Amino acid sequence: MTDNNINNLENTARKLRRDVISMISKAGSGHPGGSLSAADIVTALYFSVMRHDPKKPHWPDRDRFILSKGHAAPILYAALAECGYFPLEWLDTLRKAGTCLQGHTDSTLTPGVDVSAGSLGQGLSVGIGMALAAKLDRKDYHIYVLLGDGECDEGQVWEAAMFAPNYKLDNLTAIVDYNGLQLDGTTKDIMNLEPFANKWRSFNWEVMEIDGHDIAQIIDALNKAKKVTAHPVVIVAHTVKGKGVSFMENNVDFHGKAPNKAETELALKELA
Amino acid sequence: MTNYSDLTTREAFGRVLTKLAATDNRIIVLDADVSRSTMTKYFAQAFPDRFIECGLAEQNMISIAAGLASCGKIPVASTFAVFASSRCFDQVRMCIAQPHSNVKVVATHGGITVGEDGSSHQAIEDISLYCSLPHFNVVVPSDAIETVEVIKTAIATEGPFYVRLGRSKTPVLYPNGCSFKLGRADRLRDGEDCTIIAAGIMVSMAVQAADFLSKSGVRCRVLNMSTLKPIDQKSILDAASDTGAIITAEEHLLHGGLGSMVAQIISCNNPVPLSSLGINDTYCKSGKPEELLEMQGLTAGDIEEAVKAVIVRKKVR
Repeated sequence: MTDNNINNLENTARKLRRDVISMISKAGSGHPGGSLSAADIVTALYFSVMRHDPKKPHWPDRDRFILSKGHAAPILYAALAECGYFPLEWLDTLRKAGTCLQGHTDSTLTPGVDVSAGSLGQGLSVGIGMALAAKLDRKDYHIYVLLGDGECDEGQVWEAAMFAPNYKLDNLTAIVDYNGLQLDGTTKDIMNLEPFANKWRSFNWEVMEIDGHDIAQIIDALNKAKKVTAHPVVIVAHTVKGKGVSFMENNVDFHGKAPNKAETELALKELA
Repeated sequence: MTNYSDLTTREAFGRVLTKLAATDNRIIVLDADVSRSTMTKYFAQAFPDRFIECGLAEQNMISIAAGLASCGKIPVASTFAVFASSRCFDQVRMCIAQPHSNVKVVATHGGITVGEDGSSHQAIEDISLYCSLPHFNVVVPSDAIETVEVIKTAIATEGPFYVRLGRSKTPVLYPNGCSFKLGRADRLRDGEDCTIIAAGIMVSMAVQAADFLSKSGVRCRVLNMSTLKPIDQKSILDAASDTGAIITAEEHLLHGGLGSMVAQIISCNNPVPLSSLGINDTYCKSGKPEELLEMQGLTAGDIEEAVKAVIVRKKVR
């Protein structure tokens, strides 16, 4: 990966962040914080790592991406639109009656969205089902599941965490957007996850820890994850909630609140 | 050739599933550590690569099934009815119902006739829960022969299914085969005085009651309402207009079950006298299946009494 390529990807991530702000602002509601923290991860996946074809959203051999933290739908919509799964104008319809871009992802409405999410804790299990199907069919597609850190409070995440290594699902990579905040406060205060990486290790996962805003590091980790055999991989990506917009960074108020007009203008200026 | 008529419904399920899977490798079976009771063990023995043991983790199992379905498989997820419904209801809602996923949930040990294990193991809310989910197919076969046809239909029909089976053996209603049609009630007896609409184990009791009543000149129509969703509205309304009185009988809570659904349909269209037999807002206890059915007023004798009473109401109308 050349510096030039990384630079292009960083520009793409900034563009997606601008789309997130604009669309949530127009919608008047939504979750900017967790969308911005995931922006670099989603960019690395859709614009560098994943095998996919926006003209063939149902291509059987495509890599799968599951946004288990379904409230970060705006960042996924921004990436899918930028890839060409649907027109960019759709982004203006987020959360509005009749839209194909629901408040949380809906696989029945949005091209490129494989899984409906929004009730937390379920995506890793769905990814396991896809990974098992790939193994049964001897296909080489890879499954990526993006989880939130707060989401890991859900018991089902750990049912899935126990299952995947038992079935040696090395075609499955989980990425945790560890931004340290959830709706009611810090993950440390609400339900401390630590020792987090060791939890996954003790469940027999291969664990990597990275800076979730360093695109080169993200790509490197994802490529390494694909080469690991006999174990699923979890990438603990340390991120900043609201990343890229100064007044949203590490600010729990912007977990699920749209910016007003002045805040939108300021945010877009910072992301220009 | 398997003779299904001597089997329990769950045994028939395990056998027919294994047979179907021999010619359809899309069929994948998931179980949550109860395969020796749900009888998916036959499939596990025959097709170990396509059998997915999930351990005691029903929520995970349901979501995994949805992932398999999204890749073109036909997953059959099986456990006890009480766990297949309330334990993983959100996963069923999010991963199967909302995306209209092609997952078949086949639950055994439904109702109170699971018996001695007590209330924790007696699924009495499952029909209501599954029927509340938009476009979910919900079927309760009445005997082993019908179970075979229901499983074949569920596998062959795109979309989500909940099939509720029992633990104990049920009397054979269809010794000469059964032509199950999804969403269609089967008329087992005909008469003009009253209609008994039943599902699952209550169907054989309904037939018993109707046959007994016919000796004293009371002629009942009996409908096997094995499909609870989509329910056969036409048969219910025909019953109301042809016989003028209806009894429903189910091994389930009255709230949200067969009785509720029939009441909703006739009250909006043709409100004839109706009486519903089921479990009335309570949990049951440990005991022998027949003792529990008696305690809840779910015997052929209770159906006969209900028929006589509803016919009186019909006359004073």
